[in-house]
Amino acid sequence: MTPPSPVDEQVVDPHVSPSSRERSRFPRGLHSVVARLRLGMNRRSSLVVPPLALLSALIVGAVIVMLAGVGLGETLSAYRAMLDGSVGSVRAISETLTAATPLILAGLSVALAFRAGLFNIGGEGQMLIGGMFGVLIGFSLTGLPIFIHLPLAILAGCIGGALWGLIPGLLKARTGAHEVIVTIMLNFIALRLVDYGLKTSLFQREGRSDPISKNIEATAELPQLLGWLDSSLRVHLGLVVGLVAAGLIHWLLFRSTMGFEFRAVGANSTAARYAGMSISRAYILVMMLSGALAGLAGTGQVLGVLDRASPGFSAGIGFDGIAVALLGKSNPWGVVAAALLFGGLRAGGQEMQVSTGVGIDLIAVIQALIIIFVAAPAVIRALYRLKTTAEATRISRGWNS
Amino acid sequence: MTNSAVRMTGVVKRFPGVIANDGVNFEVLKGEVHALLGENGAGKSTLSNILTGLYRPDEGSIDLDGTPVSFSSPKAALDAGIGMVHQHFRLVEPFTVAENVILGNPQTAFVIDTDSTVERVADLARRYDMAVDPNAKIWQLSVGEQQRVEILKVLYRGAGVLILDEPTAVLTPIEAEALFKTLRAMTAEGRTVIFISHKLDEVMSVSDRITVLRGGRTVGTVATRDTSTRELAGMMVGRSVEFSRATRRNPGDPGDVVLSLTDVSCEDDRGREALHGIDVTIGRGEIVGVAGVAGNGQRELAEVIAGMRTFTSGRILVGDKPLANGRARSAIADGVAHVPEDRLHTGLAAGHSVEDNIALKNYRTPLLSRFGMLKRNVITSQACDLVTRYDVKTPDTATPVRLLSGGNVQKVLLAREFSTKPKVLIAASPTRGLDVGAIETVRQRLVEAADDGVGILLICEDLEEIMSLADRIVVMYEGRLVADMPAVGATREQLGLLMGGATPETSQ
Repeated sequence: MTPPSPVDEQVVDPHVSPSSRERSRFPRGLHSVVARLRLGMNRRSSLVVPPLALLSALIVGAVIVMLAGVGLGETLSAYRAMLDGSVGSVRAISETLTAATPLILAGLSVALAFRAGLFNIGGEGQMLIGGMFGVLIGFSLTGLPIFIHLPLAILAGCIGGALWGLIPGLLKARTGAHEVIVTIMLNFIALRLVDYGLKTSLFQREGRSDPISKNIEATAELPQLLGWLDSSLRVHLGLVVGLVAAGLIHWLLFRSTMGFEFRAVGANSTAARYAGMSISRAYILVMMLSGALAGLAGTGQVLGVLDRASPGFSAGIGFDGIAVALLGKSNPWGVVAAALLFGGLRAGGQEMQVSTGVGIDLIAVIQALIIIFVAAPAVIRALYRLKTTAEATRISRGWNS
Repeated sequence: MTNSAVRMTGVVKRFPGVIANDGVNFEVLKGEVHALLGENGAGKSTLSNILTGLYRPDEGSIDLDGTPVSFSSPKAALDAGIGMVHQHFRLVEPFTVAENVILGNPQTAFVIDTDSTVERVADLARRYDMAVDPNAKIWQLSVGEQQRVEILKVLYRGAGVLILDEPTAVLTPIEAEALFKTLRAMTAEGRTVIFISHKLDEVMSVSDRITVLRGGRTVGTVATRDTSTRELAGMMVGRSVEFSRATRRNPGDPGDVVLSLTDVSCEDDRGREALHGIDVTIGRGEIVGVAGVAGNGQRELAEVIAGMRTFTSGRILVGDKPLANGRARSAIADGVAHVPEDRLHTGLAAGHSVEDNIALKNYRTPLLSRFGMLKRNVITSQACDLVTRYDVKTPDTATPVRLLSGGNVQKVLLAREFSTKPKVLIAASPTRGLDVGAIETVRQRLVEAADDGVGILLICEDLEEIMSLADRIVVMYEGRLVADMPAVGATREQLGLLMGGATPETSQ
């Protein structure tokens, strides 16, 4: 006889209130805030963790800065500058959105694969290959109207990323090769392929000996959204592409049979097989789509910001996508929110560096802290005395599968 | 009494909702092979876990060599000379045999003297006639050899009492013979062996004395030479009591075959043959019970019919249509429903909502999707409808299945499987782990489905369930169907003998 599984005991009333013993641990003011956050969120409590993780990261970040000898006042003004630089003006908002755009797409890429139980670390490589495809179409076709040229270049970027994602997908489906290892290795290969490609006559700009591509045609550029206001506001149509992609991925995951299969495979591949789904088909498809999204992120950078390709133009955004997906709980709209936050930190960090002398490295620290706190929700739950639920173990368990 | 090696008196062990051991008395003499016999769930594993210090008994006492002992941990039991060879090996695959043997041994020095260890392990292996190379890596060894390593581990620690949990379950007959020789060599040296099994023939051939457990209680201890497989089978499954057979609205029609297997064989996950030429038919509205002790090919039988495992030979017909080999999707489309034994690992995606789980198989039908788009409102209304009809206790259909109780989880699964209007239903241990009320509901649903014409293959270890529900009973033993009989007139003794591997002739 097996003892009854713990599942039997988890038939919980979603509105259990915290015990009075727990409640008494709080100082009065904080208590009411936390209690309100906790109210009725037993099932939704995972939504509370990211904001609290951000708060904790900012506090710990400030402590680190002060340990480095910066005074409290200066630290606060650094945070003030960060806020100004991210949302304080039209330009700040434009910069935040510009930085958020590729993060949305890279985050969606990771989130989609993760929903099917795959951990796509290959965003960097897929961005690079996708971007190269996009830039190639961007400069090599001439005389096309923008409404044909731009979509073609974007499509090319998707295809490039999808092909780079197809490799680990195929290897996983056919041989069981672990996608984490394969995608990491493909990142290196992509990086060197770009270095090589940029030196070939196909890509290299005439008259240059350093690896840099030709500039794209104006008809392949992602138009600035606020160019009519001020031509130096960089936010571009890629943001709209990212938001549409988020909507499409949300629809795919929750409204289409393909997404239903992806989620079933990710939740329990045995059950998916039992229900007659093809696990290998799901792996291949999801890696292609995930690669396409990352490719789109890379294409957005070359067509919207850089106008050309240079070595390592992915700039670590593919990796930040992992953090964004984790923070956004692999939900497309969560990813958008997380990308906006990270974009804001990035834009605000620039301003902070310029105006207060606190280095932009602090941003990296804060981002890392956010991820640590989100990845270890138990820490946040302990810090803020949140009630532990079955939900708490979900993401940490899932990322291992 | 001086030659008593282990004596357990009045041992009680309770788990939430279950009394696994209910006043068990068990005495093993020095230098004997003592078999512990019983069906799954009889309390054998709990008893051996108590003896090896994994569990502490709620009541009762343990004497070792006449002195009372109380083990606080498996290590304490091991130090006292009680070693266990588990059914599932606990070996480090990339390590060598010798390394595994000294693993966790407190006498091992910080710097390992490999040569002398290898020498000692080799000596030990020779002494008990166990062919195994101390320098071989575990992953290179056959299952039989790996088991020898487990035995060597225990012997190396100097255990005087060895407990072997179903040691032959993973062995070929030849390997099993070799194991029996080793066991006799050990008892000849005065060591004591407790041999846990449910196979009657094997117990008769290897043991000196036998203790039978049933339902957590000791039925009795007998000397092997004074007993017979028939008597043991009776002790193991209990005297027949009156039980009520389910009443049927429509009796089945065995003539109208909905599922037939002809000479079907398949392999298990390790590539060993798990089914040997199975022939069985199920008629419309007929419930065929598959009796047998777990691990005799029942899981593979269910998987082969459900399309989750390829068969290596033979033919399966659903109605008169041949089943595509190893394709779950076509099996489902052909009308095979399947209630797998591990609901939350195979049957359902635990983290998904009730409604998504109910749609898990028919999401691709025109009812629930068109052009790759899910009709979410239909999925929800389908789920609401089934939740009401099957009386699933859930706050709403968006609740993850994981949060439901065991009985309600099974109701979700049954609701889905029956809602596809199947021709055939494979139900593997459909009531295992459920409470009495839920068991009654699930059985009722099965009977209703049969009344509606579904042919049901009920794979189950619980004889009472099979005898009260099935129209016909087949018995599985080591991948074969060893008997096929009408349920009316079948006796527990007869089934117990067949389940324990006694040949049909001896059971007549």
